[in-house]
Amino acid sequence: MGVITDNLDLWGEALLGTVQLFFGGGAVALILGTIVGAMRVSPVPIARAVGTLYVNTIRNTPLTLVFFGFAFALPPLIGVRASGPAAMGFAIAALGVYTATYVAETIRSGINTVPVGQAEAARAIGLTFGQVMTLVVLPQAFRSVIPPMMSVFIALLKNTTVAAGFSVLNLGSMRDWLSERGENQLLVIVWVMVIFVAMVLLLSWAQRSLEKRWTVAR
Amino acid sequence: MRKSRMIVGAGIGLTALLALTACNSGSPTDPGTGGGDAGGDEALWEVATDVELEGSPTFDRMTEAGEVVIGVKADQPGLGYEDPVTGERTGFDVDIARWIAASLGFSEEQITFETIPSANREQEIINGNIDYYVGTYSMTPARDEVIDFAGPYFITGQGLLVAADDDSINGPEDLQGKVTCSVTGSTPLQRIREEYSGEVTERQTYSECVEQLKAGQVDAITTDEAILAGYVALEPEELKLAGEPFSEERYGVGIADGDTVLQDHINTLFTEGGDVWTALYEKYLEPAGVKATQPTIE
Repeated sequence: MGVITDNLDLWGEALLGTVQLFFGGGAVALILGTIVGAMRVSPVPIARAVGTLYVNTIRNTPLTLVFFGFAFALPPLIGVRASGPAAMGFAIAALGVYTATYVAETIRSGINTVPVGQAEAARAIGLTFGQVMTLVVLPQAFRSVIPPMMSVFIALLKNTTVAAGFSVLNLGSMRDWLSERGENQLLVIVWVMVIFVAMVLLLSWAQRSLEKRWTVAR
Repeated sequence: MRKSRMIVGAGIGLTALLALTACNSGSPTDPGTGGGDAGGDEALWEVATDVELEGSPTFDRMTEAGEVVIGVKADQPGLGYEDPVTGERTGFDVDIARWIAASLGFSEEQITFETIPSANREQEIINGNIDYYVGTYSMTPARDEVIDFAGPYFITGQGLLVAADDDSINGPEDLQGKVTCSVTGSTPLQRIREEYSGEVTERQTYSECVEQLKAGQVDAITTDEAILAGYVALEPEELKLAGEPFSEERYGVGIADGDTVLQDHINTLFTEGGDVWTALYEKYLEPAGVKATQPTIE
């Protein structure tokens, strides 16, 4: 327990870093992923091609390389210094852009569960593609993909630790930081694990209550 | 089918591009000091014969294995450096390690060097993966609880490395509004973060920090002055030390907890080998502008 109580300041900051990365990356991933998912089923060929290209390049790239691009290659290119809040911003962007591909594919699978008749009926009453998606298809699609979507977000939560290698303080940095303060690093890792298990349990609980509230009556 | 193949091809290309840029943040190509040290060292010390260390579990393990495994650093020119091309290891710390091995009766061929990052040092010693560690290893009370230290064999302090044409930083107080680079979680980085203002950024190695400094991504690099001086010696036109050291770091040899026999042996070696120490100091650190005298053993 001394590992925690003697370094409360650092644990607090690290936990805050992880939470910021998770919610920041999650928001980017959800918005971008929904747009890309919709693009992949849109009637416009260019939109479909761009969506497919994006998913197939980013999803096929290891997250560490995506981080390299955002944390080391991009800042000098656009003339920004990646430190402090900027480093956090780039890390959120990397996580968001990477996770968005998984969100997009999950949403696309959800869209496929919505009977074609729904979209056809919506089109028949004169709704545009945007209206068909936002009013009819996506609300149904989201409800049917809550379990796989939560898996994507649980993976995102654990992926936040990669940011530790790119100058963003989070729970993944704790081993380096605390071993330098003379703590037993195996003990540190066990505590980090306990915190992650607790956070994932929280997400699983959120998943269950969402599932209950949003069950599709068929 | 053809279309998706093209897309996959583009993805592979992009990945390769990213990987190449990553490799580029490379280490210095010239070790600066050292070179041909195999010939020079033979004059400094001889491999001892018939060494007996009664009651030292570490020594028993070395003798049984017929080799000594030493943990060192590989990216600190002048202290612990491994040439990426030839694989040759040079530096003050590395030669101190060789000297200790020789005093225990192990020749150069019986030494295995392991590059161990800072964060893993205690655990590698506790697990017995290395026999001892020589690599800018500060003797701190917290570390002393889990391992033992022999020495100190060198005393330095935290310093600042800046671009040669930068006159705005002359001490840690000037770091306000500046970005300082150091190795992930390292003590110098934590000190800057807690005791001084200004932003910090972390990299895996000091060489990466140097690259960032030259690219203008950071304003200063902080760690022990002896480490920084090695980089200045490599590129005196581009880099310089700023201000005076603002902490005291005592470098020791990390050994297994409770092995007082080995600890005494190394301490005696340091106490009696003042001329070897001076020769190594003059070879590696004095040319880099590090001022120091041999510390007394505690």
